[in-house]
Order: sequence, then structure tokens, then C-alpha cells
Amino acid sequence: MDPLYIITNYGPRFLDGLLMTLQLTGLGALMAGLLSPFLALARTSAPVAAQWPLRLYISFIRGTPLLVQLFLVYYGSGQFRPLLQDWGLWNFFRDPFNCALFTFVVNSTAYQTEILRGGLMGVDNREIEAARAVGMSRFRILQRVSFPHAYRIAWPALGNEVILLMKASALASVVTVFDLMGRTRQVFSRTFDFSSYLWAALIYLFITVVFVFLWRQAELYMTRHIRAGNTVTQGKQHHG
Amino acid sequence: MRELFAFGETGWGDELLAGLAVTLQLGVAALLLGLLIGFAVAWASLSRHLVLRCAGFAYSTIMRGLPELLTLFVVYNGIGLLINKLSAFVSPDSASPEFSPFAAGVLALGMVFGAFSSEVLRGAFNSLDPGQSEAGKAVGMNTRQVFMRIKLPQAWRFALPGLGNLWINLLKDTALVSIIALNDLMRMTKVAVGATKQPFTFYLAAALIYWALCVLSEFGLDRLEKRANRGIVNR
Repeated sequence: MDPLYIITNYGPRFLDGLLMTLQLTGLGALMAGLLSPFLALARTSAPVAAQWPLRLYISFIRGTPLLVQLFLVYYGSGQFRPLLQDWGLWNFFRDPFNCALFTFVVNSTAYQTEILRGGLMGVDNREIEAARAVGMSRFRILQRVSFPHAYRIAWPALGNEVILLMKASALASVVTVFDLMGRTRQVFSRTFDFSSYLWAALIYLFITVVFVFLWRQAELYMTRHIRAGNTVTQGKQHHG
Repeated sequence: MRELFAFGETGWGDELLAGLAVTLQLGVAALLLGLLIGFAVAWASLSRHLVLRCAGFAYSTIMRGLPELLTLFVVYNGIGLLINKLSAFVSPDSASPEFSPFAAGVLALGMVFGAFSSEVLRGAFNSLDPGQSEAGKAVGMNTRQVFMRIKLPQAWRFALPGLGNLWINLLKDTALVSIIALNDLMRMTKVAVGATKQPFTFYLAAALIYWALCVLSEFGLDRLEKRANRGIVNR
């Protein structure tokens, strides 16, 4: 075991893998984050009968291993190759990075939708009634009342989901994407030096620590008007 | 379609079923080990000694922060290397024994389950009413009796929803073990795909089996929760 040898000789490789992991996680979480508010809204407001495809999708994603979902997309698309070629989609599904990213977006969207649905349901009905009473349109209420409050409620859980996605992105290495895990396996198979795994563990923990800090800062920023020390809010509370 | 999943020589039904059996064995074994680790770590985190508390905190934080796949490789390759070194030290001439992927899977998944469940259990034991333990002592129960008759049944009730979620995650994580060549459901599916060249059909079948396991688990957990809460009056 020689940790110094590993990091001096293979440091650039680890850095390369780290960037790939950040890219997969960041893009995946962001794209899922763009889709989830619409689905969460459908999940809370659409007619119950219209919700069953959405419920089925969420249940399927939550009830099956991510590895199976990834293989279903990456290897499964091969079964429909002629069809995908006709539609011009084959080049997309041939690339392991695209398949991994696609799977992560589909997976994380389901989880984020459920989290955000919980947030939307946690918004006090009286806030919405008040907004209606001052004459806001339905869209304005969503934009200024429901979603801002729902995101404040859901923020810690959404952070957990991003961390889970970051850890899950290690699965991309199984379909030959060279993320941090993929690079680590490469280095280990060349050197048989156990410290390559220890470096990977340190880097993963480092990502988590930095992310938790940044996420917490964002939460503090989002809740700055309702935290203790804000005299305006405290005054309001005293007067009931 | 039907002949693809038939049992016997021609179809893959029996192979998938054998894989499912391995998956379930792996899941249950890792659950038992994980609960054991979870109780030990929760006990350490709630201990009066600073060193034990720090050790418990470090274990659960580190293990929860690492990808499950990395933990699996660390255990599989790490212990593999260790066995190689040990056997070279003990008897340099004979070939070193193989570390079984099943044992590696149980150990790695159990360690992960232990880290997450320790947090659930810590929360559950923390939310017990201390007055009840004192009442138990007052009527003459010893520490063991207080634990078995008062603390455990109530902590179980608080911990069950969390532990249920963790069990479902564990069930899904067993699929990772196929990567280190254990013949579980996922790997048998891969073998079937290799022979039939029908990846979508077979991975979808595997997905449906995992899905069914999770839905069944949720049903079972619901009944367990109802049973654990049978003494509680809804207010």
C-alpha cells in the first residue's frame, strides 16, 4: 500500500473522474429539477383518474434497482436498434454517458417529484386563500406563494436526494463511463494497490461535505426572512 | 415469449428463479447482520463515553457518505488482498483460498444497512419517555427487563417505518452484487440476455420481479406496523 505513489502517479486520473462524477450528478439533478415541479403539480392538482400513469412511473422507479433501470436503457435499447435508427435516436442511446445521464434524470425526477409533492402539501391552505383574496391569479399564486414555500419545506430532502444521486452515479462505471468510480477501478486493476479505493472514499466524502455546506448556505439564504433575529417577523408573531 | 421464460432446458424461468433465491438469501443475511451492526452503533452513539460516541458518529457518517458500490469493492478486494497476504504468510506454497462474493455481499450490504439503521434506531431510542424506564425500575425490573419489556417494544414501533424503507433499499442494492459475479437475479438475467440477445425483455422481467418484491415488502411492513401499534389508541 502506497497512497503517495498512487496520488502522484494517478492524481490527474482521479481528477478526471471527479469532474465526470460532478458533471453526471449536476446535470442529472438539474434536469430532474426542471421536470419535477410540473409533475409534482400534476400529482397534487390533476384529477385522480389522470394521475395513474404518474403514480405507476413513480412506483416503478422507486421499486426497482437503479442498476436494472440503467441496463434497461443501455442494453435494452439495443433490442430496438432498427426502430431507434429510423427515428434518429440510435446515436444517443449508443453512448454510455447519455444512457447513464438519461437514466439518472428519469430516476431522480421520480424521487424529486415525490419530495416536492410533500412540500406542496405542506403549504398552509390559508396562505393560498390570502393570496386569492388579494386578487392573485392561479399562476401568480403558484409562482409567489405555493412553490417558494414548498421549496423551503422540501429543501433538506432535496439535498438528500442529490447526495443519493451522487452516490448512485458510481453505477455509471458499470456501463464503461469513466467517472470517479470508473477511474478508481481502472487504477486498482493496474496497481492492485488498495489505497486507490481509500483515495476514492476520501474524494466522495469531500464532495458530500462541500455539498452539504453549500446546500445549507442556500437554505439559510432562502429562510433569511423567517429566522430568529429578524425583528419584523418576531413582531408579527407576538401579535398573533 | 412464453418459451423464453419456460422452466427446464429451453427457457430461462428456472434460472431466474434460482437467481431470485440467491437475491433473497443475500437480502435476509445482510438484514440480520445489518441490524446487529445497527444496534451496536446506535448503542455506541448513545453511550456516556465520548470515545464510543465519536466512533459511532464516524462510522455512520462515513458509511452513509460512500457509494454502496465503492463499499462493495473495498470489502471484496480489500479482504481478498488480506486473505492472499495471510495465506502467503501462513503457507507460502499452497494456493490462497477464494473470498466468496456472497460473503463479501453480505458483509458490505450489512455494513451499509448498519450505518443507516443505527441512525433510525438512535432516533427511536431517543424518543422514548425516560419516565417509563424509571417506572420500570421502581417496580423492581432489572436493566435487562427494562430494555426487553419497555424500551425495545416501543423503540421497535418508532423505528419500523424507517427500517422498512431501509429494507427496500437493501433489496434493491443486492443487484450490485451481480457486478462481483454472484449468481443473483441480476446476474442470471445477464446470462439469459447473453444467450437470447433480448436485453430489453429480460431486464424488464428482472425489473418487474424486483418491483413485485418491493410491493410485497411494503404490504408486509404495513401489517407489521399495524401489529406494532396494536396497543396504541388513535386520538
